[in-house]
Amino acid sequence: MAAEQAKVDPMHQFSIEPLFGTDHWSIAGYNIAFTNSALWMAITTVVLLVFVQGGLKRQLVPGRWQMAVEGFTGFIDNLLAANIGPAGKKYVPYIFSLFMFILFANLLGLLPLMLLGVHPFTPTSHFSVTGVLAILSFAIVLIVGFKRHGLHFFSLFVPHGTPLWLMWLIPFIELISFLVRPFSLALRLFVAMMAGHVLLEVLSSFVIGSVNSGPLWGSIVGVPSFILMVAICALELLVAGIQAYVFALLTSLYLNDAENLH
Amino acid sequence: MPQIAQLSETYASQIFWMLAFFGIIFFVVGRGMVPKVMATVEARDQQIAADLAAAEAARKAADEQEEAWRVQANAQRAEALAVIAAAKADAATASEARLVKAGSAIDARLAEADARIAKARTSALAEIDAVAADAASSIVSRLAGITVDAKAAGAAVKEALNG
Repeated sequence: MAAEQAKVDPMHQFSIEPLFGTDHWSIAGYNIAFTNSALWMAITTVVLLVFVQGGLKRQLVPGRWQMAVEGFTGFIDNLLAANIGPAGKKYVPYIFSLFMFILFANLLGLLPLMLLGVHPFTPTSHFSVTGVLAILSFAIVLIVGFKRHGLHFFSLFVPHGTPLWLMWLIPFIELISFLVRPFSLALRLFVAMMAGHVLLEVLSSFVIGSVNSGPLWGSIVGVPSFILMVAICALELLVAGIQAYVFALLTSLYLNDAENLH
Repeated sequence: MPQIAQLSETYASQIFWMLAFFGIIFFVVGRGMVPKVMATVEARDQQIAADLAAAEAARKAADEQEEAWRVQANAQRAEALAVIAAAKADAATASEARLVKAGSAIDARLAEADARIAKARTSALAEIDAVAADAASSIVSRLAGITVDAKAAGAAVKEALNG
């Protein structure tokens, strides 16, 4: 029984295991071993490449695949047009890459590949990964903002209609809320992905443990837990899409600040 | 929590591979493929817009032609009505003229016939006088045995007939 419980460790799925290059792959002294996390990023990249390549037939009357790819590009295009306006067109490649990478990484991490003996890994459940994306977005916002508006970009911290006697407080609050953005971006995605996976793992440990302790506990605890797992799997698919959408939406809103400044 | 427990040993690898693969995605998919996909969509939208515009223009042209045809048809109908009216008027005047002509001919023949009848009547009346005088003289000769000369008989008959 103790061995069973040790086996279902809900945190084990997040552990990073170096696959190769542990010893000598390094840049400036930093080890860059190819891990299972990197492997799943690579798989995500390949799947995304294949997916978009399949939509590149450029037919006048699109097939299903082309329709799906054009649906995604049109979705991102509309998102940017609605939030930034005509100036948002140039951010389509970045937001599309961001959205599709997060979406595909989330979905691939949910695949029941354990049935085939492969342990799926979700790179987006690590804040060291989501942090890179968040800092990338934040850096683009800063670069675009200062390039377009110069030091006038600081007026972002003074919203319209701020009374003079509040000038000592409001810019300070705005500055903090601005600086929190990369953290909220990174943590939101990482927490959402981790929570769902932990929940599924905990419920599956309920199912395994209760079934092992006999048919009575199996039917009282195991069956409801299993039904709940099925429902939560559906919820997780939804969350995978929503979190990718939220990341892309918030990035485009921040870009709107940099592009249009009030 | 492996995310924190393994952070110090894995963060370099995580950041490096994330940047590497996201770079591939951004440059190959985002900059390479997405513009092509969007260009395809754009081309399709433009084609649809152009087709719609062409259809609209064709519809307008058809409307104009129909309008022109209708104007022409109306003009032709008016012309035809005028021709019919003129023909009717012509026919009416012609038949009237013929009627007048025929009527005058009939009148002439009637007058001629009247004249002939009147002449026949006068000649018949003259003959009646002669026949009556003759008959009267022969009746007198048979009844009275007197021979009356024609002149006397004629005077007597005229007297009796005219009262």
